Amino acid sequence: MSILVGKETRVLVQGITGGAGSFHAKQMLEYGTQVVAGCTPTRGGEKFEGKVPVFDTVEAAVRETRADTSVIFVPPPGAADAILEAIDAGCKLVVCITEGIPVMDMIKVRRVLEATQAEEASRGAPLTRLIGPNCPGVITPGACKIGIMPGHIHKAGHVGVVSRSGTLTYEAVGQLTALGIGQSTCVGIGGDPVAGMDFVDVLTLFQNDPDTHGVIMIGEIGGGAEERGAEYIKSKMTKPVAAFIAGTTAPPGKRMGHAGAIIAGGQGTASAKIAALEAAGAKVAPTPSDMASTLKSMMK
Amino acid sequence: MKIHEYQGKQIFQKYGVPTPKGYAAFSVDEAEAQAKKLIAETGSPVTVIKAQIHAGGRGKGGGVKVAKGGAAEARQLAEKILGMQLVTHQTGPEGQKVRRLYVEQGLDMVRELYLGAVVDRDRRRVAFMASTEGGVEIEKVAEESPEKILTVHVDPTVGLSPYQSRKLAFGLGLEKHGKETVGKFVKLMASLYDLFIKEDCSLCEINPLVVLKNGDVVALDAKLNFDDNADFRHTGAGGSASWNDLRDVDEEDPVELEAKQAGLNYVSLDGNVGCLVNGAGLAMATMDIIKHAGKDHGVAPANFLDVGGGATQEQVTKAFKMILSSPKVKAIFVNIFGGIMKCDVIASGVVAAAKELGLKVPLVVRLEGTNVELGRKILNESGLAISAASTMADGAEKIVKAVTAGHQNQAGAGK
Repeated sequence: MSILVGKETRVLVQGITGGAGSFHAKQMLEYGTQVVAGCTPTRGGEKFEGKVPVFDTVEAAVRETRADTSVIFVPPPGAADAILEAIDAGCKLVVCITEGIPVMDMIKVRRVLEATQAEEASRGAPLTRLIGPNCPGVITPGACKIGIMPGHIHKAGHVGVVSRSGTLTYEAVGQLTALGIGQSTCVGIGGDPVAGMDFVDVLTLFQNDPDTHGVIMIGEIGGGAEERGAEYIKSKMTKPVAAFIAGTTAPPGKRMGHAGAIIAGGQGTASAKIAALEAAGAKVAPTPSDMASTLKSMMK
Repeated sequence: MKIHEYQGKQIFQKYGVPTPKGYAAFSVDEAEAQAKKLIAETGSPVTVIKAQIHAGGRGKGGGVKVAKGGAAEARQLAEKILGMQLVTHQTGPEGQKVRRLYVEQGLDMVRELYLGAVVDRDRRRVAFMASTEGGVEIEKVAEESPEKILTVHVDPTVGLSPYQSRKLAFGLGLEKHGKETVGKFVKLMASLYDLFIKEDCSLCEINPLVVLKNGDVVALDAKLNFDDNADFRHTGAGGSASWNDLRDVDEEDPVELEAKQAGLNYVSLDGNVGCLVNGAGLAMATMDIIKHAGKDHGVAPANFLDVGGGATQEQVTKAFKMILSSPKVKAIFVNIFGGIMKCDVIASGVVAAAKELGLKVPLVVRLEGTNVELGRKILNESGLAISAASTMADGAEKIVKAVTAGHQNQAGAGK
């Protein structure tokens, strides 16, 4: 078992004919992911790599191929529209890789997503999920890779990884694999201030997944998502959580690469997040080199 | 992206947010002429000379002065302010040089309020905040008396509703100035929300928003920040302001600006170790681990530099050159976990830059991930004195040793 994605996941790639989309669609196919459809408006009818059918609309792609998950490589001006199209077409999981979407667009997307989820919850249906934007994607090692992470560093196993940063996720995965510890699922939730799933959402899935035995959670400066995650760990989580927060040395008021990585008005500092996580019973790795060993020390 | 107060007020006027009359000036002569023009238009001899820099706290720093004695006094004040090194709590001790002025009409106000709009990332909505404590730092109010800040969140599909604006108006006690004042505030709020959305703001702050004797509500200050992600739709087409025209490069760190133009994320810091990293999170973590390893040895990061996931060899070369050109850099740490970014691309870029400019400081490289073997081979065969690190922690230790050894050598050479 794992969370969010597995061998049965049927993936649609929005923007499959673009540079990033085609490169990573190939990589996903090579990894063994079931890429069943692509979508690029006006390119419908083509075949990607001679086998994956391309459609003009997500609706047609879903209808024809029973794709249930979409991964988005559409450039920023059209990316929010692409997310809305995927939600409307009934994709249960939408993974948006695109970096640079205006926050005003994401505010609208969030509103639609929340309304969709409220309606689904009211009839007991599974919830539509959004991962990202500005994220590396999600991978269940050995089963399904959706996104841009290097597949070969992963190893199937029982540790869940959730992170706001792409390369820092690879760092954690690399350390785990080097120690011989495999991963159940790794989820990059992205570095934007307004996005889809947050730490609480992913931690909840890991807590409820019998195949996940421990979690590495990687946060960074900006916002209050780590503090909310800490609250969840304290009240609900029985599995060990090792954490790392990037940006202890980041100056206030400066955007550190990610749109969401900024200390504003004294809020969102690394020290506040570390304190909240430690108070919640998570172990915070003293340096980014110790993420896997910290979790290992907590697991029996 | 930040803009000046006078530019913010021009945008306010376009959207119907009331502001005092005023004109920008780039020289003392121009400031005097603008003061004359204002006095003639308003019939009042009072003008305010305001330094235009991107940092807040200008008044306290001596960058805002009232001229009651007409255009001649306005000129005298302009002479003092223009060209001064203005130090505020936001500029740092070195301050910011004043290159532009705003000459504004003086107004008789009866109250100073605070009004701001931000993207509330935790609620995922635009939030308006208002407070009776105008003219002071809102962060201080938030910390000391949070109950004095009134907040409403806007549903993006509905927009700002008049009842929400009225809630703030009555919360601020605006009805005391007459019911017309409540109406004027509600209208101002609607204009502000329209502006916030259409101009892709990340912050819009009016501190203070003032009530005049006649009950008018006027924006005495204007602080606008834009969401950099939205720059593609603010090119000047379709009547919205062109962000390129609004940008004042004098207000930006020249190295950061150069980096931005090369498509790199760069932030200058105070330390002595240059960092070249792929990915924002890893770049921050690299800073952290250098500081962690070097805190007892005076070793700290000199910069944040994220070359991004898909950098070309040219971008890497450019990034490495920027680090090499900084005199404060005593050692360089290249830390790469290749995902999309291939290690050989990084290695080739580093070697090209080092060969072109000469490598005068120790270089520690840690490579991991995609094409790592090829990358290591390129470094090994380059003939450059490169110290290879197996992990981030190993790299940080090697960097600290390199910098401290350099200190000792210098001390030895001085004897």
